[in-house]
Amino acid sequence: MLRRTALAIALAFSATAGSTVASANDELLKLQKDPNQWVMANGNYASWRYSPLNQITRENVGQLRPAWQFSTGVLRGHEGGPLVIGDVMYIHTPFPNRVFALDLNNPGRVIWRYEPTQDPSVIGVMCCDTVNRGPAYADGKIILSQADTTLVALDAKTGKEVWKVKNGDPAKGETSTMSPLVVGDKVMVGISGGEFGVRAHVTAYNLKDGKLVWRAYSVGPDSDILFDPQKTTEMGKPVGANSSLKTWEGDEWKIGGGGTWGWISYDPELNLIYYGSGNPGTWNPSQRPGDNKWSMTIFARDANTGVARWVYQMTPHDEWDYDGVNEMILADNVEVGGQRVAKTLVHLDRNGFGYTLNRENGELLVAQKYDPVVNWASHVDMKTGRPQVVREFSTGSGGEDNNTQNICPAALGSKDQQPASYSPKTGMFYVPTNHVCMDYEPFRVSYTAGQPYVGATLSMYPPKGEDHMGNFIAWDAGKGKIVWSKPERFSVWSGALATAGDIVFYGTLEGYLKAVDVKDGKELFSYRTPSGIIGNVNTFTHKGKQYIGVLSGVGGWAGIGMAAGLGGDNEGLGAVGAYKALSDYTQLGGVLTVFALPN
Amino acid sequence: MKISLVSACVLAAALAGPARAANDAKDDYERPYHVEDGKVDQSVYNGYRRYGNSCLQCHGPDGLGSSYAPNLTESLKHMTHEQFSDTVINGRQNVTASQQNVMPSFGHVEDVVMYLDDIYAYLKARSDGVLGRGRPERMLKK
Ligand code: HEC
Repeated sequence: MLRRTALAIALAFSATAGSTVASANDELLKLQKDPNQWVMANGNYASWRYSPLNQITRENVGQLRPAWQFSTGVLRGHEGGPLVIGDVMYIHTPFPNRVFALDLNNPGRVIWRYEPTQDPSVIGVMCCDTVNRGPAYADGKIILSQADTTLVALDAKTGKEVWKVKNGDPAKGETSTMSPLVVGDKVMVGISGGEFGVRAHVTAYNLKDGKLVWRAYSVGPDSDILFDPQKTTEMGKPVGANSSLKTWEGDEWKIGGGGTWGWISYDPELNLIYYGSGNPGTWNPSQRPGDNKWSMTIFARDANTGVARWVYQMTPHDEWDYDGVNEMILADNVEVGGQRVAKTLVHLDRNGFGYTLNRENGELLVAQKYDPVVNWASHVDMKTGRPQVVREFSTGSGGEDNNTQNICPAALGSKDQQPASYSPKTGMFYVPTNHVCMDYEPFRVSYTAGQPYVGATLSMYPPKGEDHMGNFIAWDAGKGKIVWSKPERFSVWSGALATAGDIVFYGTLEGYLKAVDVKDGKELFSYRTPSGIIGNVNTFTHKGKQYIGVLSGVGGWAGIGMAAGLGGDNEGLGAVGAYKALSDYTQLGGVLTVFALPN
Repeated sequence: MKISLVSACVLAAALAGPARAANDAKDDYERPYHVEDGKVDQSVYNGYRRYGNSCLQCHGPDGLGSSYAPNLTESLKHMTHEQFSDTVINGRQNVTASQQNVMPSFGHVEDVVMYLDDIYAYLKARSDGVLGRGRPERMLKK
């Protein structure tokens, strides 16, 4: 914060420089390494959600207790988590998207509070609750992507608006839920609305004034998706001209989805950003023959220009709603088949496969199931990169109006956006997962701008013969193997945090904050917060003492399926416990809880 | 579940007997569905699907509600057909300092307006307890 003037000057000089990484980056590059603060949603640019802090340990975590709490005054689902910059904590809420700056010197005192004015009709076009995954910090600004797609930069000291820009159009079903990422002198942000036939993009705005720098669509002509037919590669080969258009029939690409509502990661050495795209157009596959590129894809793009370096489509011609938007974790020196790979990208996809790629060139190294019940594909062909779809579970093969049963995972994915944690200390990934299967019946729908464009009915339930709907697992991304797995009654919908204290934290839908042993998943601590947790855990220090922070407030997609309890025709056929409704365990309400060891 | 099974039997019996012949206009209005042996007519089935496309993401699977939108199987116990249609066509906003609830208006959405009676029939069958959870089975076309 002291360096703000210096930074502002540096920024002025580098404003339009094309090739060099701008200097606002230097501030964040340093801050993201400081364990005393939590300056970006997933902890660092590599999205590790790991902290080297070690005051709270395997031995003493049992004594952890709430130090203070703060109610946000908003009822609906609270995703994302707090940021901590210096002595100030920033928290946010779902619609109306309040932001609070809280004084850590005077715990919970509000320094400023911001509440945008938004047309409430946007609530009606948000697919799965009104969640928001939190603001970004950079260069003395707090940058929030509101539900109505307004991107607003606030002065971190006062909460006053610095600039504001509109990133999309809610009348067409374009909304925003994601946490922006600041890279160099740019703010990167995407679009939600995969259930409304939007055509999504990631857009970079100037951090200084909100001016649009580049915009890269997920589907469309090369000039829209910022592909270089010769230089952009998939599986090591140039994608060629019109790589997206070729894979759609007629004009269907114009409502081709590819939502970009997940997380963005960044490798400063390669100057590449990484993120995934969501489902193509309608959920009825018969209405969109072809691979529907580049939906369900991992993108590596140049941060300065937006041009794609490489891509990898995980689920060509999606038939299950397996959005590819989950976080991209950038881990170094992962051992794959006896060889160390310097720079990998690890991604645990909705489709149930855990992917490890070389993030320099997009080479596919590992693709293995991280939940044994995954059945829609037998395996991923490592030569072509394509999943080998099991015909029995292909919802498109039977055509419209045909119900396909017992597909695992459900549309929620083996994991949704709730980010995993990577511990460089253990080399393991700690992953919150869903353990839910589904029936899926596609049917014909017509497109109306701003209206749901879904075209499938689903029922979801736990895997046959099982009574729990979630697992918290440790994943070896080099081997593609589950190391341990701890069952949870409901899906684990909370972002994890591993620390050098040899513990991992996560929240549960019933509202427990838990800490488990990194070694075997043994539960060492649990505390029941006021509502179900779909937020992400963070840690920081204040005056030399380590704290843990998390938002509770049940909702989100988990709140849709589970408020009523998952069930269906098979109700009463045993496994009764699994159908117990979440509402028997928790009610709504956003509350921040900050934990510490006793003095 | 037990309750709905029982009422399903009661209804099946009612439909099988002379009551069926007396299935006049008024009855159709209050019980706008045909459910036999757990199987539904085309209208209810279509309603189930249209519900899945346009309503489920807020009102939850099987009409049972979500963390932020009401359980419609309860609502239809006290709402009239007219109130139902009115709410769906015009929408409703309940946005205050503590509530952020928006029921969108569907007046201009073909897939909803055209099939509104089907959606109602499906939800009413659920609400009356004659139809269980999940995907209903269709009666064979005669
Ligand atoms: C974007 C979320 C959303 C969608 C989509 C949606 N609803 Fe609603 N609906 C709501 C909310 C929220 C309320 C409660 C509004 C309030 O608090 O007044 C509501 C209320 C209602 C009510 C009144 C219930 C009562 O007890 O008063 C009916 C009937 C209803 N919805 C039917 C439908 C139907 C039928 C569909 C699909 C065609 C649908 N809704 C789609 C969110 C939604």
